[in-house]
Amino acid sequence: MSSPATIDVIVTHVVNVNSLIKRFHFARLDGQPLPAFSGGAHIIVEMQDGENRRRTPYSLMSSPLDTDDYQISVRRDDQGRGGSLYMHQQVKTGMQMRIGYPTNLFSLDKRAPKHLMFAGGIGITPFLAQIKQLIATNGNFELHYSVRNQELGAYINELAQTIGNRLHTYYDDKEQRIAFDTLLSTQPAGTHVYVCGPTPMIEHVLKRTAALGWPKVHVHYEHFAKALPGEPFTVQLQASNKTVEVGENESMLEAMEAAGVDAPYLCRGGACGQCETNVIEHNGTLLHEDHWLDENERVSGKKIMPCVSRFCGTQLVLDR
Amino acid sequence: MSQPDDSAILSRPRYGTLSPIEASFHLFCADDEGGQAIVELAQDVPANFFDSAEIIYVNSQPALNSKTLAALEQLNCPRMYTGPTIHAALPRLSTSISRMRMNSQIYISGSESMLGLATMTAMQANIDHQALQTEHRGSLARRVQCVHCKGITEQVTTQPASCEHCGLLLLVRDHYSRRAAAFQGVNINAEDPSEIPAKEEVFT
Amino acid sequence: MATKACDLPFRKETFRDDFTFRNSPETIKRAPFPFDKDSYMYAVNMELHKDGRAGTAFENPFDVDEHYVAEMQDRALVLNEDPLRCQSLPHMKLAGWDVLELLMTHKASSYPEWFSLTRDGNQWHWINRPMGIDQKFTFGDETTLPYEPLEYITRQAQGDFCVLDERDGNLWMDAGIVTTQADWSLDFDIGMNFFEWHAPVPLAHEKGIFTRALKYLLTIQQGNPARRLNWTMTVNPRLDTSPENYHVWGPENIQITPENVGEKLFLRIELQSFWRLPRSNAMLFPIRCYLLSMQDLSTVPKWATRMHRVLQTLPPEIASYKGLDGYRDIAIEWLSQFDNGAPTSSGSYPD
Repeated sequence: MSSPATIDVIVTHVVNVNSLIKRFHFARLDGQPLPAFSGGAHIIVEMQDGENRRRTPYSLMSSPLDTDDYQISVRRDDQGRGGSLYMHQQVKTGMQMRIGYPTNLFSLDKRAPKHLMFAGGIGITPFLAQIKQLIATNGNFELHYSVRNQELGAYINELAQTIGNRLHTYYDDKEQRIAFDTLLSTQPAGTHVYVCGPTPMIEHVLKRTAALGWPKVHVHYEHFAKALPGEPFTVQLQASNKTVEVGENESMLEAMEAAGVDAPYLCRGGACGQCETNVIEHNGTLLHEDHWLDENERVSGKKIMPCVSRFCGTQLVLDR
Repeated sequence: MSQPDDSAILSRPRYGTLSPIEASFHLFCADDEGGQAIVELAQDVPANFFDSAEIIYVNSQPALNSKTLAALEQLNCPRMYTGPTIHAALPRLSTSISRMRMNSQIYISGSESMLGLATMTAMQANIDHQALQTEHRGSLARRVQCVHCKGITEQVTTQPASCEHCGLLLLVRDHYSRRAAAFQGVNINAEDPSEIPAKEEVFT
Repeated sequence: MATKACDLPFRKETFRDDFTFRNSPETIKRAPFPFDKDSYMYAVNMELHKDGRAGTAFENPFDVDEHYVAEMQDRALVLNEDPLRCQSLPHMKLAGWDVLELLMTHKASSYPEWFSLTRDGNQWHWINRPMGIDQKFTFGDETTLPYEPLEYITRQAQGDFCVLDERDGNLWMDAGIVTTQADWSLDFDIGMNFFEWHAPVPLAHEKGIFTRALKYLLTIQQGNPARRLNWTMTVNPRLDTSPENYHVWGPENIQITPENVGEKLFLRIELQSFWRLPRSNAMLFPIRCYLLSMQDLSTVPKWATRMHRVLQTLPPEIASYKGLDGYRDIAIEWLSQFDNGAPTSSGSYPD
C-alpha cells in the first residue's frame, strides 16, 4: 500500500499554552471541510526543515465533529531531533503545511459502560478529543490527569469548566499522586481503562492492571515511540537498489523518503506495524525502539521498524 | 451449497485449562464434571485464594457428582451456590458478574452448553469474551440454532439433528456464534428433501 | 462502444419467482469480471479503490446501474419477510451516521442527475429521484428519519453493507444489512471477528490469506479506500441466496441441464470495497453483487473462454465450498464451445 493520502492546510492560529506547549490550529487550504474523525486519532504533520522533511504524529485534541478547525498541541523538546523545535520556532499563522488524514490507534471501546482515563502531561491531548466525543454521545467517563505543576497543567481550566467533577488533577510539586491501585480496584464490571503519558506511567498502569486481575482487552494505551537522534549510519535498500545515509537527526524512514523510496507508514511512532521491513543482512546491532516487534522477532534480527529504530554497524541491507 | 467440511474451523470455540491468575476476586462457574477443574486448580493456588472467590456450581447429576461437590465445599468459599440446571444458575451468574469489580477473574468449566451460556452471560454484562478462562469437561452436547426458523434446540447429540421448532433436518456445523451461544444448523437435504441421512450420535 | 450508466433507464424486473432479470449488452460489458487469468486461487487481491475506467463498474466509488430500482424493491421484500437481515449492535449507532454520510455524498457527486444532498449544518435535505424520495432530516437525530440511518440509506444503495468495528487489532462484524448474500447469515455472524466469520472458507486460512488481508485492512485510512473481487455461482438470478431460505432455493441447484445452463446458471461477482469511517473509526465493507448468465458471458469471447478454464482447473475444495458440485461439469461442457485453446489476453477487461 502506498503512503496515506494527505491534505493541504493553512495554519490559522498559533497559541502559547504555557512555557513548554504551543497549540496549532489548521484549516483546509481550499476552504472545504476537514474530515471528521474519532477521539484518540492523530495526524502526521509534514515539516520541511531545511533539507530534512520530517513527518511527526500529533494527537488531534479538537472536537472530532469540528470539521473547520483541527488543533494539536506540541510540547517543546530541547533534546529531540528538532521536530518540536521546528514547530515552536518556524511555524507561524498563515503558513501552508501538509498533514495526513486522521488515523486512530487509540480508539475508545464504544461498548464500555464506563471509560477510566489516566493522562500524564502532554498525554492529555487524545483525551481532550475523546471527552468531546463522549459528551456528545452521553458517555460515562472519569479523567485522572497528572501534571508537574499548575503552570504546566495545560487545559485544566477548560476541562474543569466542561466536565466538572469528572476531572481529577494531581500536581507533582504538591506531592499529589494518582491512587492507581484504589481506582483500579473499584471499577464496575465492563469498565475500560485508557492511559497516555510518560513511559513510566504507561508501564505502571500496565503492570498494576495485570497484577490486580484486569483483563488485557479492557486496558488501552497510546504509546508512540519517538524517533531519537543517534549516530549516523548507512543502509542499503536492495529492492530499490539504493544506498542511503541516515544522518544524526533524521530517522531511517525519513532518509529513505528523502532518497525517493516510497516506503509504507502510518503512525511513524513504532506502534502500527505498517513500516515493518525485512532485514536481509547486517553486521552490527539493530537498535529497536518500536512497540511493535515481539521479543522473538527482535532476537531474530530479521525485522526492523525504520520509523523509529536505528542501526549500529557498517553494513545493513533491507528488503525495501 | 454442499456440505462443508467444518473440521476445526476458526469460529469453533477453543477452550483451555483453567489456571489461577492474580486478581482481587475470582468467580468460578461450572457444571457437573466441570467442578473437577476447579478442584484441580485449587491444588496449586496461594493460601487464602478462595477467601475472595465465589463458586456457582450446576449439579445436574447429583448421584455422579457427590465427590466433586464435597471437594468444592471443602474450599470454604465465602459464597457458594449449587443449582439444578444451567438455566437455573444463569440469573445468579449474571448478578454476580454485574456486581463484580474489574480487578476480577472469571473461570468457566464444564459442558459445551455451560461454557457457551456463561460466556454469553458475561458478554451481556459488557465483559469481553477474551477476558474469560474456559475449560471443557463433560458433555459435548450442543445448542444448535436453526438458521431457517432461528429456534434453538438444546442438548443436540446427533448429526444430523431435527430442529425441534420447525422440524427441518439440520446439518450441525462447527460454525459458532458467541452471541447466540449456539452452533449453526443448516437444512441438510434442501436440494433433495427425499434424501434422509441417518442420524449418528456424535456430540456426547 | 460503452454507454454511460447514467444514460440507461432502470429496468422493471424481478429476482425471484418469474425471474425477469436481464442484463442489457452495455451492462454485460461494464461488469467487473473477476478473473485476470485462466485459473483461480485465493489471494490477497486488494487494490486501491480509485475512480476507474469510464464505462466500467469501477467508474464511481458506489456504482449505480440499470438494476438499481428493482434491486431496492427486492431488498424491501426481503426485509418485510425477515427484519433480522438488518441489525446493529448498540455501540454501532455512530457508524450508521458515518455510512449515511458516505453514501449520500458519493451518490450526489457521482450521479447529480439522480441524487442531491443539501447540507446546512445538521439540517440535511436528500433527494433520490429514481426512487421518488425527498427527505429533510437532522444529521445525528434518528427520530427525523423513518429508519435508523444505516437501514435508511442502504435501502437506497445496491449491494450488502457490513460495518466492522475495530478493536484489539481485529475487525468485528457488529452491524450490517445483508439481503443479496452468497449464503451467509448476518444474524448468525454478527459480533464475530474477521477470522471467525470467514471460518467456513476452505484453504485460505492455511495459506495465511486472512492474516495478511486483515493486516492490510487495518491500515486503510480515510481517503484511501480499497477493493477486491470475489465470485461464486448461482442458479437463477436470485439476489437473496441466504442460508435462511436455503430450503427454498436449494432445490434449484439440481435443476441445471445442458439445455438450460446458458440462461439459468449465473456467475455471481462480488465487488467488495473497504472504507474507513470518520467518526466511529469503523470500517464499511460494501459487497456489491453482479449477475452474469453463462449466455451473457458468451457475448464476450474472452470471458467465456476464461470461465471455461477457471472451472476446469478449480480445486475441488473451493468448488464444493462455493456449491458448484451439482452443475460444474455441465457448465464446463457448455462453455467448451467457446474455448478454442488459444491464449487469452492479459487483464480482465473484454478485448
